[in-house]
This record gives sequence, structure tokens and C-alpha cells, in this order.
Amino acid sequence: MKTTDITRVEHILNTYRGKRGILIQLLLDIQHEMGWISPYAIDLVHKRMKIPLSRIYRIASFYKAMSLVPMGKYLVRVCLGTACHVRGGGKIMEKLEDLLGLEGEGTTGDGKFTLERVNCLGCCALGPVMVINDVYYSNVEPQKIEGILKEYE
Amino acid sequence: MTLLESPDHLHTLRESLKTKRDEYSKYIIVSSGTCGRAHGSEEVFAAFTGELEKNNDAKNMKLKKTGCLGFCEKEPLVIIFPERICYCNVTPSDVPEIVKEASSGGIIDRLLYHDSLTEKKVIHQNEIPFYKYQHQIVSGNNVSIDPEEIDDYITLDGYSALEKAILHMTPEQVIREIKKSNLRGRGGGGFPAGIKWETCRNAGETPKYIIVNCDEGDPGAYMDRGVMEGNPHSVLEGLMIAGYAIGSEKGFFYIREEYPLALKHTARAIEKAKEYGLLGENILGSGFSFSVEIHRGAGAFVSGESSALMSAIEGEVGEPRSKYVHTALKGIWNKPSCLNNVETLATVPHIINNGADWFCQIGTENSKGTKIFSLVGKVNNTGLVEVPMGTTLRDIIFKIGGGIPYEKRFKAVQTGGPSGGVIPETHLDVPIDFDELNKLGSMMGSGGMIVMDEETCMVDVAYYFIDFLCTESCGKCVPCREGLKRLKEILGCIIAGKGKEEDIRTIEGLGRAMQDASLCALGRTAANPVLSTISYFHNEYLEHIRNKNCPALVCKPLLSYYIDPKKCKACMVCLKKCPVNAIEGGKNQVHKINQEKCNQCGTCFTVCPEKFRAVRKISGRDRLRQMEQEEKTRAGERHVQ
Repeated sequence: MKTTDITRVEHILNTYRGKRGILIQLLLDIQHEMGWISPYAIDLVHKRMKIPLSRIYRIASFYKAMSLVPMGKYLVRVCLGTACHVRGGGKIMEKLEDLLGLEGEGTTGDGKFTLERVNCLGCCALGPVMVINDVYYSNVEPQKIEGILKEYE
Repeated sequence: MTLLESPDHLHTLRESLKTKRDEYSKYIIVSSGTCGRAHGSEEVFAAFTGELEKNNDAKNMKLKKTGCLGFCEKEPLVIIFPERICYCNVTPSDVPEIVKEASSGGIIDRLLYHDSLTEKKVIHQNEIPFYKYQHQIVSGNNVSIDPEEIDDYITLDGYSALEKAILHMTPEQVIREIKKSNLRGRGGGGFPAGIKWETCRNAGETPKYIIVNCDEGDPGAYMDRGVMEGNPHSVLEGLMIAGYAIGSEKGFFYIREEYPLALKHTARAIEKAKEYGLLGENILGSGFSFSVEIHRGAGAFVSGESSALMSAIEGEVGEPRSKYVHTALKGIWNKPSCLNNVETLATVPHIINNGADWFCQIGTENSKGTKIFSLVGKVNNTGLVEVPMGTTLRDIIFKIGGGIPYEKRFKAVQTGGPSGGVIPETHLDVPIDFDELNKLGSMMGSGGMIVMDEETCMVDVAYYFIDFLCTESCGKCVPCREGLKRLKEILGCIIAGKGKEEDIRTIEGLGRAMQDASLCALGRTAANPVLSTISYFHNEYLEHIRNKNCPALVCKPLLSYYIDPKKCKACMVCLKKCPVNAIEGGKNQVHKINQEKCNQCGTCFTVCPEKFRAVRKISGRDRLRQMEQEEKTRAGERHVQ
């Protein structure tokens, strides 16, 4: 782990020092800051906060918002909530798997895209919905996805 | 900012804010919830900012950004006050014209809502059928409030209920009022909030905790997002009143990570309330102190369950625990803890201000007040709708929702998310409240209402929910973990055309076992989507099993695509687009699908030009007949050779 990365993680840890019930919030912050939760970061949390490794791994592997592997540069999330499902969200997912050469969720070999399915983004009226990083795409049609992905080349 | 140390300070501030508000004769409202932003409301807002700066006629106009206004289909919405002129799907290029017409009192016809039923344009927001038939109490102020401005909320008598409660009522009186109003939990269970508060108040131990549950994980439901994004102070006020009633000085907002805007607005609301002294020590000089913290949910559906959510607040894995001792007695860190839903708490200030008697006039005998539903799926006007309890499904779907798009037939509506069930057309006239929905084998849930048309397959919907729950089950108890897995397997077989008749009985047996033996509500209700589809759409299951037919033409393994040689104009479109090169033919040579290569992706069906419509999607008997015919033709061809 680079020294700058260590400082970034330690900065997060400092804000939680001495507080109760903070593990989930702390790991979420690390996830946001670093893009994933690396073994080094976990080790740092373990040593500095005196939390058993097993507990950290249990939390980090239970929650969907935390990733134990590096994420791609662009996070593509496809909503598969009920409203998106009845409007064809599944086809959007299939098309993306096809275009990115993935089977289900995962990260492309070049580390550019991470594909994820989410249960509901709460934009049910816009379905099917796809989000790339923070940009929402509404009423997505399978034929248009290739063009959208090109914007992120 | 001044510190509000007494009720007088609050009154003085409110009066001065009201005077300031009246300095402008026109307000331009840009709806900027998540849906609005996805449709470009930020750009529209920026365009207005620029335009108002350079336009001299616009000095009397004030621009305002609000949260979700519910009518997501028509976002970005722009509403001009005081007339409430409503413009739909506004783009930045429309902005100069809107400002010009607003200053001269004109109206832009092309941006008005078009009512497809009457074929007329509607000028005012409150006359649009989507809004006209609603009764907005909790969501009603969203249109007048910039969620990032506490002053907007205070202007509209915000925090007056808090003042009334903590200065003029005892906690017991607050509880009595809420009990009298029969406010039932909006998160799903429908448990009376007043009784929950009382239990928690009477629990001996201290400290006590009060939590607002905004871990809205139900797929297809986003009422809480709408409220948190649009009017976070109303929830905060409700939370504080609840805190006062149960004897708690510490509150938590539990908000799911997938709602970044709701998180942002809540954080801002807390910060501003602190600056005014509405949070902190000795609030308004009453002696009541209160502080809050935000906890982010990290993406687990099961964490919305009360005991699981409390574990998550403790920093532990959000798994449910057995509740032989209720969380109202032993919750967070084994202290009495009370969990209420966003909408429930946002209703509380209204009850305190207007009284339980007022609240009881709205709704049905056992379900009082209004409820917000997220009306989504195959319906024309999708969005958030708030109606009195007891409104019929037909009114919601057809009057407010404007019916089913593309003149398709209504088939069913799914309520209650993964714990609920589907309701067919025969029950559309039932007045909906907590108890009526339970009787129909579904439930109120948090308020998701997913409309389905004839092109939705009920077996597929059941499979969808079971698949969802399978990944979301925490795996702690056997009935839920294993039951869901087996249900998924069986349903998977049925939609793949490998179902057996006895499967239906097996599913029913499994479902009942899960209802009886699961640890938490997630497992106990998990089989509902399957059981309710079986009870209302039994024939559809039988079609899948006996005739390998998906009548809605959804289940992929039971489908085939055929090109009608009489209609095909050999235009090469489908042939070029087919991802597996399964289409044979050429220029001037009628196309044909090689069924052995075809993977039923449906591309040919989508791309075949509207004027030809040569590709047919078929299932069941039709499919068999077609296959036989193809076989014969092939035999014929061989014979000729």
C-alpha cells in the first residue's frame, strides 16, 4: 500500500476513533475513498481500531456496497427492481454482459468497467434504469447501450 | 443564523420569513429529485439562474429548487406560482420563453400537460388528473420547499408541532393523541405507532433510542426517498416528537446508500436544525434535549427488518434476531429502541398540529389517514401518489395513473413488494387499506404498486421475487434459506418447460412451512408472491406445466420466433442484427430463422420494421404446430431433391 493511501485510510479512521458501532460506516467510507476494500486497508483497520479481522471480513463480505476486489474505472449499475424488471431490465443486463464480455456481474479484463445489478434505485418511473458512476440513464433500450458505453471509452 | 432559544424566537423568525417570501410576486419551481435530475433538471435550473440574472423583467421572480414532486414521468417539471402553471418535460432551451411568458402572464401551450382522455391541455398543476385525485398531506409541501433550506420549512409552520409537543404537552399526552389517531406503521406491518411508543416509554431502562427506517429496499417502491429528498425536516420533526414521547434523547436516521440525494438532504437538514438550536440541548427553552446521527445502510434488503437494522446500527452484520423480547424493550445495545418508518414520522407533525380527530376523518375504519404509493410498471402516469386509505385500486390505476399504455389489457397489480402478492382485475374495486389487502393475500407493505399488463407472465414474476429473496436472505434460519432455494429451483423448472403437475402442491407446502417456521418477517412472507400468483393465476401455471406454453410470451425457453414468409420483405435488417447468425436468406430472398441456432434473444422481433411486422413470437401449441409444419416442409424439400 502506498504511503498516500495509508494516510487516506488513516484519515478516515481518525474521524471514528472512540465511537461505538462504527465498523459499517467506516468501511463504507473506505470503499468510497479507495474504490474497494483492500487486504491492506483491512489490516490497517484491524490494527488501529483493534477490531478482529474475522469481524471486518464478515461485514465486508455481507454487504453489497462493499467490494473486496478492485472496481473498474466506470461502475455500471443496472436496476433490476420490480418496475424495471417488468419493463425489460433483464434485457439491459444481458446486453451489457454481452457487450462487456462478462457473465453476470464482474469487472472487465482491462479494469475499465464493473457491471453490477442492483435491486432498486428508487427511480421506478424511469425504468429500465442504468447508472454509470453518477449519471442516470432512463428508459434505456438495449439497442442504445453500445452508443452509451462508447461515451466512456 | 440566530439561535432560537424560546418559542418567541421561532415565531419572530417565521413572521420575518413570511414577509420576505411575499417580496416576490412569482416563484419558479424546478422539481429536482433523483428522477428530475435523471431527466436533466439541473441543466434546466442552471438555465433559469442565467436567464433571471440577465432578464430585467424578472426582478420580481424567485427561482426555487424542490425535491421530488411525484410525477416522475413528466420530469423535469416547472411550476409557476402563485398560479400553479405546470410545464412538463422542460428543457433548457424552453427557459427564456418560460421567463418571458411568466412576466407577461402568458402560457406556453406546447409545454402543458396533455390529457389523453379528454384530448385537452391542462394549465394548472392541481387540475392534472394525476394530482387532482390525490390527497396530499405528507407529500403536499414538497412543492413549496427547497429541501436544503430550513427557512422554507419554518415558513410553512414547520417545527410548530414540535413546539406544541415539547412545551404544551406531556409525553403521555403526545402518546395518547397518536394512539387516538390510530396511526399505523407505514413501513409494512401496520402496527399502531402509539402502542409501540407506549411500550417503549414504559420500558424501564435508559437511555432509549428512536430510529427512522429509510432502508427502503422493496424493489419498486420509493415513497420514502420522495419524502426524505423533498421534505427531510418533516421527518426530523416527527422523529423529535417521537423521541420526546418515548423519553429518548438520541435518534438515528437509517438511510440506504443507494439514495445519495436523500442522504445529502438529511445531513443538511440536521446541520441547519443544529445551527438554529432546534437540535441540541434545551430545545426552545423546554428542557428537552435531542441529538441525531445518520447511519448508512450498505445494501442489504434484510437490514430493513427491525432487529437486523438495530444490529447494523451497532456496527454488526445486519441479520435479524429472534424477537421473543421485543426491540421496544431491548433493541440497540439492549436498550429500549423504537423504530418507525419515514412516512409514519412525517405524518406525526400533522397529527399534533391538527389533532387526532382531524386525522381520523380521513381513511377507513381501521386504517386512518393517507398513504403514499409508488405507482409504477405498465401504467401511463408513473410516480408517487398520496391518497386516503380506502381508495380503490381502480381509482389509483385508472383515474390517477391514466390506465395501461399502448391500449394493453390490465392483468394484475403487485403490492407489498417481495412480501406481498398480486391482485387480479376482479378485486380492483376493493377499497385498499391494511386489512383489506391482507384479506386478498397481499399486503400494504411500504406502498409499492407495480402494475402489470397482459404481457407480464405471472410465473416469471413469482420467479423474479423468489430469485430476489434468494440473494437477499441472510441465511440464518433454515426455512427461509433452504425454502427459497428449493422454490427457485421448482419455479425455474416450470418456466423452462420442465414442470410437473405435483410441483404446485410442493410449492404450497413449502410456502406454508416457511410461513410457520421462519425467524423473521422476510422469511415468513417470502412465499407470498408465489402463493398469491398460484391462487389467482392457477391456469397460467398449468399452461406452463402441461402445454409448455407461456401465454404472456415472456418465458424464454418456451418461446420461438418465426418469420412469416408472406410478410417478410427480405430487407436484411434482422439478418444483419442477429447476434448468433441464425437467420438465413439474403437480398430478395425471404428470411428464415434456423431454430437450432436461435437463442430466443428477440432482436429480430424488435428490429423488424413496424410496417412489415413479419417476425412472430409464439409459444405452446402454436409453437408445436409451427415446428411440425417446418419439419414437413423440410421433408418435402428433401423429397424434391
